[in-house]
Amino acid sequence: MSSSFTVLPGEQVPAQHVNLKLGPGLFQIQSSKQSETSIISTRAGTVNHSANNSKWWVESNSRRYVPAPQESVVGAVVGRSGEGWRVDIGSAHFALLDGLAFEGATKRNKPNLKIGALIYARVSLAHKDMEPELECFDAQTRKAAEFGELKGGFMVRCSLRMCRQLLDPKHFLLPFIGSRFPLEVAVGTNGRVWISSKEVKHTIAIARCIEAVDPDGGGLDESGIKTFFNTLDL
Amino acid sequence: MRPPSPSIPEREFLLKALEQSLRLDGRAPLQSRTPTLTFGPELGWVECALGKTRVLAYVSAKIVKPTPERPFEGTITIHSEISPMASREYEVGRPSDEEVTITRMLDKVLRRSDAVDKESLCILAGERVWALRLTIHCLADAGNMLDCACLAGVVALKHFRRPEVEVIGDEVIVHAPTERAPVPLSIHHSPFCFTFAFFAPSPSSQSVPITILDPVHLEQRLSNGSISIALNAQREICVLQKLGGVPLGAEEVVGVVQVAVGKAKEMERLVESALKEDWEGRKGGVEVR
Repeated sequence: MSSSFTVLPGEQVPAQHVNLKLGPGLFQIQSSKQSETSIISTRAGTVNHSANNSKWWVESNSRRYVPAPQESVVGAVVGRSGEGWRVDIGSAHFALLDGLAFEGATKRNKPNLKIGALIYARVSLAHKDMEPELECFDAQTRKAAEFGELKGGFMVRCSLRMCRQLLDPKHFLLPFIGSRFPLEVAVGTNGRVWISSKEVKHTIAIARCIEAVDPDGGGLDESGIKTFFNTLDL
Repeated sequence: MRPPSPSIPEREFLLKALEQSLRLDGRAPLQSRTPTLTFGPELGWVECALGKTRVLAYVSAKIVKPTPERPFEGTITIHSEISPMASREYEVGRPSDEEVTITRMLDKVLRRSDAVDKESLCILAGERVWALRLTIHCLADAGNMLDCACLAGVVALKHFRRPEVEVIGDEVIVHAPTERAPVPLSIHHSPFCFTFAFFAPSPSSQSVPITILDPVHLEQRLSNGSISIALNAQREICVLQKLGGVPLGAEEVVGVVQVAVGKAKEMERLVESALKEDWEGRKGGVEVR
């Protein structure tokens, strides 16, 4: 990654490439005077781009989730809707999960989700004026993979940037906790993380560590989290 | 928009943790979050933070004609409207149950308990009295906004200074704060509010309900009842409010009151030291008494 600079919403970004791909936070507008188009940032954050300048995006932090396709999210079932369920994923509208959107599901063989159950699903359809739709299987292989109902455990909320950091395999937090005791984690990009371990105090420790490392909450780094972990009662 | 009920894993985990006397943020069951008081540049402006719950209180005073029924007393009005800024649950114009509870409790704790001496607010009987206005803004709701709002209100009243007034015959002269030092309000006692949440025990374990002090948002939503006690450091109970919920026996209520008495003493020490520290910082400017 090359150097990055900070922008505010409405500022122009000098992104030029033959096959330009705009990521989150960038928008292309038509200039009224000439027939030119310019790239404007819609969020406050740092502008990053890939090595060959073809992909550009704005790295920002927020807590409200805006659904985007192919993102994995943790949702809570809030009601039935026809053949499927309505799921709360933290967006402006409740999402729809069809009863047949599971691996090996037929009309007679559908999973039995209760109201209040947690599920790990993939956003298949997301437009800003429609209710988002979810599916519980992988897009290419159409197998369940890791999607489906999450039983037991606990759910914590964090900022969106924290979720992206937790999904990064090079981030320090989860391997650090994993070296202390076994844990299971399902990270949703909608600001919700499902955590589970054998003992209650371990699960509470994971929740507090996530909150401590969150850029919104404590923003601790690797050495800070080691001292914090030793103060926890385990 | 009222957010949906907490999910099944959250509910089961919370109850399992409480049975082992563990809370989600690592506190002991009867341990409350330490309040942080921030005073503004104006007198009578204070922001109280209990963890992530934040409430702002502001006192202002005006001279008005008193009501004919009570010509010797001033008036105190409390304005507290919860905006959607505090949380997505609250809507503008439509008070939710919790908002009504908070407004009524603030009224009982701060106005009807006679914390402020209203007769001292009289300037000229039947003609001029002080009308105090306490405005409460709820900035963020992370559980237990009631305790935070009561604390902010009490500290704002103790922090506020009204202009000094001189009465010569029938003439009333109001001195600006730059001419004469403003005068504190005459406060009889400082009530503090403590909220306890109850959880019905599982039938297999002991039959006493589990009690926690200063619930967080999730604990408040999953609780089976709550009791709020407002008392001062002199062991006088102003308000004891329990709206439905799990029935409590006499020993449990007395136990909860004992805990609140201890906390009230601690709170009084904390508030006094915070106010004193703020005055030390202001000595350079206006001379205050």
